[in-house]
Formats: sequence, C-alpha cells, structure tokens
Amino acid sequence: MSLLPENRLETDLVDKKPLFTEAEARAEAERCLYCADAPCIKACPTEIDIPTFIKKIASENVRGSARTIFEQNLLGYSCARVCPVEVLCQGDCVYTGWGRDPIQIGRLQRFATETATRSGERPVLAKKIDLAVAKKRVACIGGGPASLAFAGYLALEGHEAVVFEKRAWSGGLNTTGIAPYKLHAEDALHEVAWVKDLGVDVQVGVEIGETDGPGRVSAKKLLETYDAVFLGVGLGADTSLGIPGEDGPGVEGATAWIEKMKLELTHAHRETITGKRVIVVGGGNTAIDVARECALLGAADVAMVYRRDLPQMTGYIHELVGGRKEGVRLVGHLQPVAFVRDEHGKLTALRVAKTDAEAKPIPGTEHDLPCDFVALAIGQSKLRSIAKELPGVELDKRGCVVVTDKATGATHHPKVFAGGDCVNGGKEVVNAVAEGRNAARYLLERWRTQ
Amino acid sequence: MADLSIDFAGIKSPNPFWLASAPPANTGEQVMRAFDAGWGGAVWKTLGDPIVNVTSRFGGVDYGGRKLMGLNNIELITDRPIETNLREIREVKKRYPKHVVIASLMTETKEDWRVLIQRCEDAGVDGLELNFGCPHGMCERGMGSSVGQEPKLLQEITSWVKEFARTPVLVKLTPNTGDILEPGEAAIRGGGDGIALINTIKSIVGVDLNRLVPNPRVGNASTNGGYCGPAVKPIALHMVAALSRLPNMIPISGIGGIGTWRDAAEFIALGATSVQVCTAVMHHGYRIVEDMIDGLSEYLDAQGMKSVNELRGRAVGAYQEWGDLDLSYKLVASIDAKSCIGCQKCVTACHDGAHQCIFTGDREHARPPHAHAHGPAKPPQPFPIGTIAGDRVPWIDEPECVGCNLCQLVCPVPGCIEMVETPSGKPRDTWNERVRDGRDKQPGGIHESRS
Repeated sequence: MSLLPENRLETDLVDKKPLFTEAEARAEAERCLYCADAPCIKACPTEIDIPTFIKKIASENVRGSARTIFEQNLLGYSCARVCPVEVLCQGDCVYTGWGRDPIQIGRLQRFATETATRSGERPVLAKKIDLAVAKKRVACIGGGPASLAFAGYLALEGHEAVVFEKRAWSGGLNTTGIAPYKLHAEDALHEVAWVKDLGVDVQVGVEIGETDGPGRVSAKKLLETYDAVFLGVGLGADTSLGIPGEDGPGVEGATAWIEKMKLELTHAHRETITGKRVIVVGGGNTAIDVARECALLGAADVAMVYRRDLPQMTGYIHELVGGRKEGVRLVGHLQPVAFVRDEHGKLTALRVAKTDAEAKPIPGTEHDLPCDFVALAIGQSKLRSIAKELPGVELDKRGCVVVTDKATGATHHPKVFAGGDCVNGGKEVVNAVAEGRNAARYLLERWRTQ
Repeated sequence: MADLSIDFAGIKSPNPFWLASAPPANTGEQVMRAFDAGWGGAVWKTLGDPIVNVTSRFGGVDYGGRKLMGLNNIELITDRPIETNLREIREVKKRYPKHVVIASLMTETKEDWRVLIQRCEDAGVDGLELNFGCPHGMCERGMGSSVGQEPKLLQEITSWVKEFARTPVLVKLTPNTGDILEPGEAAIRGGGDGIALINTIKSIVGVDLNRLVPNPRVGNASTNGGYCGPAVKPIALHMVAALSRLPNMIPISGIGGIGTWRDAAEFIALGATSVQVCTAVMHHGYRIVEDMIDGLSEYLDAQGMKSVNELRGRAVGAYQEWGDLDLSYKLVASIDAKSCIGCQKCVTACHDGAHQCIFTGDREHARPPHAHAHGPAKPPQPFPIGTIAGDRVPWIDEPECVGCNLCQLVCPVPGCIEMVETPSGKPRDTWNERVRDGRDKQPGGIHESRS
C-alpha cells in the first residue's frame, strides 16, 4: 500500500471532537448512569453494550472497554468518529429526555478504541480458533466497512478472508468520503491496517468483473475458489443533473470532490475554495458535508440549494445547524436549470428556477446565482454490472442488491452474501458494519454446526 | 436569626463550629484566618514532644468522579517547637478573646502532663483536649489510640489531667475499639468534662497497583493511617448517638466527615454540643463555614428553634434498639411516571439486590419462587406511560414490595420514587414484645448452646 501524499488539503480541517484525555474520559464515563436495558444499546445498529464499555473506562480497564466495543462492532474505531451519535445512541441517552447533556458516547468510544489500537499495543482481540471446524475461504468484493467487518470476524475464528478493492485505497467511504473533521484518511487506513492484523488479506487495485487478468479477477473464479463471497461494493458515481453547461471545470460530483480533497489535493489547492463562491446542490448529508468542508476551507460564500422546503432536507438537523454556524446558507425552493459559463468556458453562475410546493420549477422565475464552484450532491448511481457476474444475485428497481434475509445478508445465490450501501441504498458506516458482521455470524454458526 | 452560641462545659463559643486538631489548626496565622472566616473555635494541632514527619502523608478515596470521599493520613502531631506554638496561642487569644482555642495534648508521664497543661493554660487556652485517638505513629509509642483502646489507662490519665487542669478537659476517643461505651464511660469516670469523637479510623487507603505498595507511599513502603472525611460520618454519628444515650453523659464535640450545616445539624440532633471539622476544610478551605453558619440558622429558623441548643439531642430518643422497632410498619415504593427518565436502575437493583418486585412492560411477570403473594405479578391498569420515559417506566408489584428503600436510593431523579406509608392492617408489634410474650425465639441462643 503506497503512502498518502503529505500536506493533504483535508488535514487543514481539524477534529471537531478531539480525542479525550484520560482524565476527560474518566470524568465523562463516571457520569453514565449504567442504565439497565439501556436505550443507547437499542439505538445502536450494532448493539454495542455501551454502558459496559463506559463502565470499563471509568474503572480504567480501557482495553476491556475496547474489547466490549469490537465484539459487536469491529470498526468501532471509525464508527466512534463517523456515527451520527446525535440521532443514534446519544440521542436516546436517558439524560437527553431529562434535559441534561447526554453522555458523549462517541467520544468515549473513540477514547477506548483509539487507546487500545495504538501502535505498540498488544492485540486487543484474541483469535478464537476451533480446530473441530473446517477452515473455510471467503472473498469480499469491495474494501469498505461492510466487507472489512465480514472478513475480520471470520479471520478472527481462523478462516481465510480476502478483500478485493478496486481503488488504490481500502477502507471504502471511511477513507474516501468522511468529512475530515470527523475522520482523516490516514486514520481510516490505520483501522484497515488493524483489521489486516487480525488476519485479513486486503488486496487493493483488484477489480472483480467479467474476466481474469492483471488487476482483475472474474466473479466466476471467485465463486469457484471460495466457500462464500461477500458483496460490499457500495455505491457508484455521483448523479448528474443533466442540464446545459454541466460538463466542464467548476462543476463536480460531491463524493468525487470529497475523495479528491481527502486523498489528492494539497494545501496548495486550497485557493480553489478559499475566497470562492460555492453552491452545493442537494439537501442530504453528503451535501451538508461538502458545504461545511468548503466553509471551513475559507470559501467566501457557501449556499446549499434545495428544490424542496428546508424542513424537508434529509441532512441531520445537528449537521445543518453546525453548517449554519460555520456560515453555510440553506436556500430552499430552487431548481438548477443551467450552468452559465463565460466565453472561456469558466463557470460564472448557476441558473436556477424557483419551485412550487410540489418542488416543480415555476416558469419565468429563472435567475442566476453567481458562483465559482458547484458541487452536486443529489445522489449516487448504483453499481449494477457486478450483479450480472454473480448468477442469481438480483437487483431491485432502485438497483440495490436484493437480500433474501435481512438478518444474514443472504442473496439468491447460495454462496453470495451482501451488505452495506449496495444493499441498503446508502446508510451509515455502522449499518454497513452490522450487515457485514451479521453475514459473518451466520456463516460462522453454519460452519460450526455443519 | 437563631442563636448559634454554645456553652461547652463552661467553654463559651460564638457558634458550634470548631476546627479539629489537624493541619488546618497548625499555626496561629491559620487559626486567625479561620476565625476571620467565621469559625467559632479551633482545637490546636496536638502539642507534645517534637516529632519528625514523613513524605508523603495523605491518601484519598475518590468515588464516582468525586474527589476525597475519604482521606487518610500518616502525619503525626505538631512538628513545631512547643514554645512557638504557645507564643502563637497567646497571640491568637489576645486578638480573638471571644473565640475558643483548645490545646490538644499528647504526652507520656504524669509529670509531662502536668508541665504541658500548665504551659498551655498559662498561654490562655480555653480548654484541653486529650488526644487518645491517633491510630498511627504515636500509638506505637504508647500514646494516642493505644490509650484510647485501654479504658483503665484512659481513665487514669484523665484523672491525672484533672488534678492539674484549671480549664475544661475534653477526652478525644478513638473509634478503633469494639464498644465505644467502654472508653466513653472511662472518660466520664476519670472526671473528663467533655468527650470529643471520633478520631480517625485505622486504615490502609489503597494500593498503588503499579508499584504494589499501599498509599500514601513513603519510598517503597507505606503504613496504616487514620481515615476521615465524608465516608466516616455514619460511623461517627453512631458513636455520638450511642454515648448520648448514657444517662450521665457529659458534653460531646462531634467529629467525623462534617462538611456542611446539614452534617453538623445531624451530629447536634444526636447529642453533640459542638462539632469539629478537618477534611472538608483541607478540601475546600475555611470559607465553607459561612454556609455552615448561614444554613444552620436558616434551618433552625424554619424549625421554629430560637437557639441551636434546642436542637441538641432531639433525635437521640428515636435511636432505639432493633428489637423495639415496629414490625407492623409498612412502606411501599411508588414510581412517578412524570419524572421517571427510564434508566431502570431500580429494576436491576430490586431484581439483583432486593426482593424482585419491580418489573417493566405491560405484560404479566412470573413472581420469583419465594414470593409471598400467589399468581403472576400484574402490571397496573392503566399502564403508566411516562412523560419522559414513555413505556420504559417500571412498575412495582406492590404485594411483594418490602419497602426496603433500595429503588429510591439508586434512582438518580430526586423525588421520582417515593416510599408511601401503607396500612399493614396489623397492630404494632416488636421483636422484644414477641420474645417477652414467648411468641418468638429467645435471643442469646449462641451463649446457651456454648455452655
């Protein structure tokens, strides 16, 4: 795995929730009531035993705390930082209803997992190998959180697990897509390295498709070689608007731009944002991420343009509020109709029309919003082609992989399991981890009892 | 505003709040600052033959993120020359004639006691306190708690002191004894004018798990120390109350974990005339006395008491033998659905630590095998839905509730769980009455079976 470029632009964006000191962590952990049948556990898609891991921080058993987390969520390290805890565990903390500050569960989880996985630490998870169970081989298509969780849990019990990632970087959106003030790429890669240390073989630059060759493995061969195949490819390219002037400089898909900003652009590229007028099209969490990132990089003006009413924006309220504090303007009832460029092809404005209550453009209301950069955060395409290579694996109308059993991720192909964004259409990292883990647990149980 | 002044065996004090003999009362400069802050008196750091101290000296017990639930020390008596201490005492009494200065003393032979008492009284002290309590360092030298643990010796030394003393004599007791009444009665027989208690409890405060040496650490070793602070208050309250019940009791100066006016009021209600404070001052400074004075006055006013003397001993009568408690009295827990936050601490506490009578959910639950009531536990109708906790509000299986208080004690929300007095339908009955009437087993069976 090659090294990330130095002076990456994303490192200009510092942690919003930095690592607790030991004293801070203990003080916060001591606040936890240690509820019975705790609501925070129920609100966690991976059902981490939150009161127990917090209690262990309070008792200074930090490695044990991390173990409690990893037993349920192998990617607890990144989830601690990328989970929208405000609407998950922390949102259901009993203190919230009481009008008190909820326990900062995410930051405590970060403290435990980061402390226990520091370089030089003894392995926090022990291998559990049952010699009576035949060793199996599994392959994962896609190197994101779902695959890593699936592969990691199987590797821990002695099975051979390989992850194939077509990009140069593994970790999926954790590496390429998370807002840097939550998680930087090198930290996502630190987690991948930790999963590799559990015994997972992560191969980057390998695409699974129709044929075999250099950097390519056919799906047919995977199905022949491995006892199970996990499909965790995530989503495809950003959706475009399909309006005049879209192709050309100054207009980028949101996830593509975030990936570039995190992995390629350096401090020198900051001027492409600093002092510029930025428009983000969309009202979801990717849109608010791009908007906040641009605002924090010093954009002169950042406007989120949304075709419906503001309350209908699908971005989390806490993110929208955070963005507003950083200077992001939220503008509703506008529909982009064209990109305006000067004679040199340089973007000068986004032409928009006002929309009515049904979000339909109102003729005659077109006007130009001057801008230097537009990010499109209106969704991502589905990666449909891989399904064709896996006989029996079906896609639904939206292009999502159909699982026959949500609890296991089983597909119509008996060897193929699937999870993460390619199944759920785009949820949180923690959902992907839960789906990968559940598939692994199902197989472990099946092979144990075979 | 209620009158807080007291008369302790002839020692008049503007209020009942005294510094205990400890580091906060080590020097004249400190004592004068304490008097300026509002303290009514100070028991000077124990005077005696010069000693040499160690480093370090204190160890703390933190609990639930709060510092110093308990404090332990291995410091000895004053390490300053007696002449310096006496000069400062004289200075303090000259500048603060209405405040109380009591000399705490610890020495060995009768002649030593005579000389020390005379020098202190000549310096102007209002009274003497005999340190028969220190459980570390001095007891190995035949002083401190080694005297307090030998009632005969305690009585004898007290009577020596009374031969020489012209001012009131307080005997300070150690709690490191089987029955506090034995040293207490010995102090009275020896002619003591008052009793101060408790001194610190013999303790090891903790172990440094990296070095595997107890705390506080002196190089690669430690020793047992004296434990004090909020954690010891219940032990001190019991000992004060036990002595208060003696018919010939002399005034008590209560010590042990006092940090607020409420603590002080509790000691006074159980018979103390004055109270002494050390750990809370070491933790927060002399300034805490302002609220102690203010809060105690407010409380007395609210109770319609014109003087702190009206409060003294008011709870002693209610401190009874277990055998005289009413076995028919019944309390049942009640959970307020409006303020419940749904943490269900009470459910776990009752299930694992009490009597398995708190449940959740709107369905019936099987009662535990030892239950007294028949059939399943039934949820209340209508089922309680909480303002905050929704359907997470637990419910009480009332027929099985023994009224133990545990749920109320673990509930983090003040006032959410109430213990409701419930008619038991039975007349008053006590263990002692049952034994007297032959309805229950005679106590003392173990002695019979051994004879």
